[in-house]
Amino acid sequence: MGMPVSLALRGRHADDTAAWEQVLAELRHVDAVFSTYRPESVISRLGRGEITEDECPPEVHEVLALARRAERASGGAFSAWRDGALDPSGVVKGWAVERAAAPLSALADTDFCLSAGGDMVCRGLEQPWRIGIEDPHDHTRVLATLDVRVGAVATSGTSRRGQHIADARTGRPPTAVASVTVVAGRLTWADIDATAAYAQGADAAAWLGHRVGRTGLVVWADGSTTTVGGTAP
Amino acid sequence: MRRIVLLFLATLATVVLLFGYRTSTSSTMPSTVAVAAPAAAAAPSTGTPSAGTPSTGTPAAGTTASTRWGPVQVQLTVAGKKITAVDVVQYPNGNGRDQEINSYAIPTLVQETLSAQSANIDMVSGATVTSDGYLTSLQSALDKAGIA
Repeated sequence: MGMPVSLALRGRHADDTAAWEQVLAELRHVDAVFSTYRPESVISRLGRGEITEDECPPEVHEVLALARRAERASGGAFSAWRDGALDPSGVVKGWAVERAAAPLSALADTDFCLSAGGDMVCRGLEQPWRIGIEDPHDHTRVLATLDVRVGAVATSGTSRRGQHIADARTGRPPTAVASVTVVAGRLTWADIDATAAYAQGADAAAWLGHRVGRTGLVVWADGSTTTVGGTAP
Repeated sequence: MRRIVLLFLATLATVVLLFGYRTSTSSTMPSTVAVAAPAAAAAPSTGTPSAGTPSTGTPAAGTTASTRWGPVQVQLTVAGKKITAVDVVQYPNGNGRDQEINSYAIPTLVQETLSAQSANIDMVSGATVTSDGYLTSLQSALDKAGIA
């Protein structure tokens, strides 16, 4: 299981490979700490009870605090603790990519769009980045577009990995919704909210509509859509 | 000058492809000011839960307060006698400041579903892409187009 990471740069430092190396180093570091596929990772050892949370590095505290907030905010639909096992993957991805984008933010007069597996951090000061939202029922098509200057976009759904998100309250995957795209200031919360909204199935759009500072698009299983945050036509 | 870079971040092994290509994008100073990104939704948690367990405490929705922009409701999570979290559960949906916050990037449905090239798109947001899925994805097509 791999995840493609795409970076688009434009402006004065568009050729700066040192910043890219820093991005990669941060992603590898996070992978080493949080991978549930690696038995020696900090998160695996914590999950087995070999170490306590107090013994973990600060970023683990940060991620677990995020997971608890996400669980509360979603009424329990989103949980990093499933069947007693610790798996904060749903929180880590957006958080990690947001952190990894920091060296790009330091590039003067340079716009960037860093995307990891379809979730992205954007800075388009000279001109906005145009983001396409993939049709979950046809990956070769775009359902909607949005122009992002400074912000983040994340999409959750089942279209590629099969049913990998379940409502933690019922243990069952939602069936009413095909994908949820969330636009927010920070990718950490765009990603969390996309997953949390998706987990709530038929309530996805209503829940997302009450989240402060979010816009988005819910694509339902029947192909219809609901735009969140826009004024009604 | 613009560059698209790819990485397949497997658990450990990585393959990095570097593509560079020229576009008409100039490298002048930005001419517009960015719209400020909104802050996170809620106040930070002050709880100190233990490892491996979900947050404790009972969420209680507060009464809805009217503001000049519309109704606002917060939810408090209390463990013992301590407030461990404050989350906003309802916020104004009318005109005013919330629209300023929200309208900076609202998805626009395309009239008929477009291919990526015809929509002039820089990046594609989709459900978690794996290296297998990527090969046939729109993002892949965009990245390859960047080589030209």
